[in-house]
Amino acid sequence: MSEWILQYLYLPQDLSSHGHELDSLTGWVHLLMLILFVGWGAFYLLTVFKFNKKRNPSADYKGVKTHVSSYLEITVAVIEAVLLVGFSIPLWADVVDNIPEETAKDVVPIRIIAEQFAWNIHYAGPDGKFGRTAPELVDLSNGNPVGIDKNDPNAADDVTTVNQLNVPMNKQILVKLTSKDVIHSFFLPVMRVKQDAIPGSEFPLKFTAVSKGDNDGKYEIACAQLCGLGHYRMRGYYNIMTQEEFDAWMGEQQELLKAAGEDDGW
Amino acid sequence: MDASVKEKSSHDDHSHHEEAFIWKYVFSIDHKVIGIQYGVTALLFLFFGFTLMMLMRWQLAYPGEAIPVISGLFSETTMPDGIMLPEFYNSLGAMHGTIMVFLAVVPLVVGAFGNYLVPLQVGAIDMAFPKLNMASYWVYFVGGIVMLVGFWMPGGAANSGWTSYPPLSNIATTGQTVWLLGMVFLITSSLLGSMNIIVTIVQLRAEGLTWMKLPFFTWAQLVTSFLLLLAFPPLEAAGVLQLMDRLTGSSFFMPSGLVVSGEVLDIAGGGSPLLWQHLFWFLAHPEVYVLILPALGIIAEVIANNTRKPLWGYKSMVYATIFLGFISFTVWAHHMFLTGMGTAINAFFQTTTMIISIPSVIILTALMISLWGGSIRFNSAMLFACAFLPMFGIGGLTGLPLGLTASDIHLHDTYYVIGHFHYVVAPGTIFAIFAGIYYWYPKVTGRAMNEMLGKIHFWLSLIFINGIFFPMFIQGLAGVSRRLYDGGASYAHAQDYLYLNEFMSISAWLLALAQIPFIINFFISWKSGQKAGDNHWDATTLEWSATTSPPLGHGNFEVVPTVYRGPYEYSVPGKDKDFTPQNEA
Repeated sequence: MSEWILQYLYLPQDLSSHGHELDSLTGWVHLLMLILFVGWGAFYLLTVFKFNKKRNPSADYKGVKTHVSSYLEITVAVIEAVLLVGFSIPLWADVVDNIPEETAKDVVPIRIIAEQFAWNIHYAGPDGKFGRTAPELVDLSNGNPVGIDKNDPNAADDVTTVNQLNVPMNKQILVKLTSKDVIHSFFLPVMRVKQDAIPGSEFPLKFTAVSKGDNDGKYEIACAQLCGLGHYRMRGYYNIMTQEEFDAWMGEQQELLKAAGEDDGW
Repeated sequence: MDASVKEKSSHDDHSHHEEAFIWKYVFSIDHKVIGIQYGVTALLFLFFGFTLMMLMRWQLAYPGEAIPVISGLFSETTMPDGIMLPEFYNSLGAMHGTIMVFLAVVPLVVGAFGNYLVPLQVGAIDMAFPKLNMASYWVYFVGGIVMLVGFWMPGGAANSGWTSYPPLSNIATTGQTVWLLGMVFLITSSLLGSMNIIVTIVQLRAEGLTWMKLPFFTWAQLVTSFLLLLAFPPLEAAGVLQLMDRLTGSSFFMPSGLVVSGEVLDIAGGGSPLLWQHLFWFLAHPEVYVLILPALGIIAEVIANNTRKPLWGYKSMVYATIFLGFISFTVWAHHMFLTGMGTAINAFFQTTTMIISIPSVIILTALMISLWGGSIRFNSAMLFACAFLPMFGIGGLTGLPLGLTASDIHLHDTYYVIGHFHYVVAPGTIFAIFAGIYYWYPKVTGRAMNEMLGKIHFWLSLIFINGIFFPMFIQGLAGVSRRLYDGGASYAHAQDYLYLNEFMSISAWLLALAQIPFIINFFISWKSGQKAGDNHWDATTLEWSATTSPPLGHGNFEVVPTVYRGPYEYSVPGKDKDFTPQNEA
């Protein structure tokens, strides 16, 4: 039934490992809404038709004498309780709150730092460790948008990109999300991911892409929270890659870093 | 008229002439005049807030195209060559929300309807504190002017959303400071007004008017006033804190290490942006019920009167309203589900959110069941009241997937949310306001509004308002974010749904045209409408049965009524007329 109604709900394609469960709750809730609306609507239309002054010239002081509506209200409450306790709370615990260790196997940690009006992506590189960052080191003109401390040994292999997120398929992506300036919201529609990016705090979120989908893995990052005059164009891109493609891309980045490092030395 | 002269002269031995215009109509302490002042001012703001939205809808339907005909009215800093700038779009969005909530709808349902009707329904000669009442209106008026002044500030009016989330609002242009000042006035006004209504209902009820004989409208006003009184002070405090952040360099809402446009911000830091959200929503969620409860009160009166039978489940409606009032203080963080909440806190707020749906369902069901067995008169007021039920129903039902966090993840901050709360407030509360205007207009003016114009107004409004808001659910499910200057045109996932923007915009402009019959009706009927009797609708509550239309200037009643029975004694078996007024012995 949930599947049936989902075909009519205009949701974007779902390419994540967890999205199916969220969508199924969305489906069930909309089914409940539809049943209630149609049920109430039928009663309502019948009533306004039947009890028009012309058809029923004198009103009945008592009106409805049964308490069927109380049972109906209890039923609605029970269904809501089931959706809440059976679906929504455990789903949240599993999908949102169950965050893997950064160093766990098959987890790809990525820092994402939002700013007006761009998404800065910070990869830990092959060592799996993020270099130290500091606000005063932010230097937009010198290609250091997230303020990485170049003297930190963990930073040597760190890769940063702007508005381009590359993720390997079938790996848990652990995003550590924050913002430099105002509140943004990181929204990947086909990945069923949305989370506010709040300056001063870093919140984790996770997702796993399971398919490249209809658009060969190329999708957009949207900002969902009003963040200023450029909010509407705070669009980033992400690319769902196979592990080989991702490794190849990361390898290229490491070559580029080495080349740049030699330049610095010279 | 005579009574006002008498009362004035009894206070003042030196003069026997009528009250001067300024004391009678401007700085009046008569709750009825103040109610009308609130009503007229708030209707103007309602129209102004609607106009802002119509401008936004041009930009959403035709992003980046010059607005035709009226482009000359705007400055270079808002719409150069008629093309709207994103800054101006954001100002319009923030001010549309602020004006509609704080300057139009709440002042209408509480300031206008509450002020005018509560003393009449409880059989009081005025509000408990008439001078506070006058102060409440004038503080509101000043707050409104301050809000409008924002448009002339450098950088335009406030542009950080009606929610004003810092740090964005803290670093925003001067309009935000003006917005905060305006809010301080509006909140103060609400506090004065709500205290007055509470004391009036508790202390000034006529003899025999026990709690379970109060009209449901007055019950709704009582609970609403408690919500205003208890929920607004935190926002007033928060507003002052944000003012200090902006003006004195404090950092209540600013964390350390902010970097704006590549520069480290020179602030103390150490504050929390989420603190504002908690304080804001601690008000703004109860505020939602401030918008809804008086509307339900209006609908209850109109339905009981026009079905010619008592409300079904009056007591359960009252208890549900009180329960709803309490629970409304425990749901605020469901506006903040995506701010990094853990499972425990999240489970708490979605549970309270599901719980609060129960009293809402009880009230709506009782109103719907009240129709059964009635002898329904479909006049303009009743049409709006009848349409309110399914429209408010859509608003309520679409709250479910937003209230459950797992389905909220995808829908949060999309057009689905916009559709949801507009169904509650626009074809919900604003339809209730129209029902109330058609219903009580004969009481206020002594003349009835034209039914033909009223019905045209109703049917056109019903069609076009759904044309605006229903497509928003489709866009929201598709993942189109709210508050986008180009209506989603930048995003690939929105492309298939952009055609709806034009449809919604045209519906909005047609909705504006549909208000013309109402505006004509409103003014023409004032002087030349059909004369109404004292009890035009054969109603039972005191404002109809115990006083004239319009009621006496100062004092309301020639004889202060005594109450003998419940509020909705319609079609009592064995009686020869189909209504038995509360004050009939």
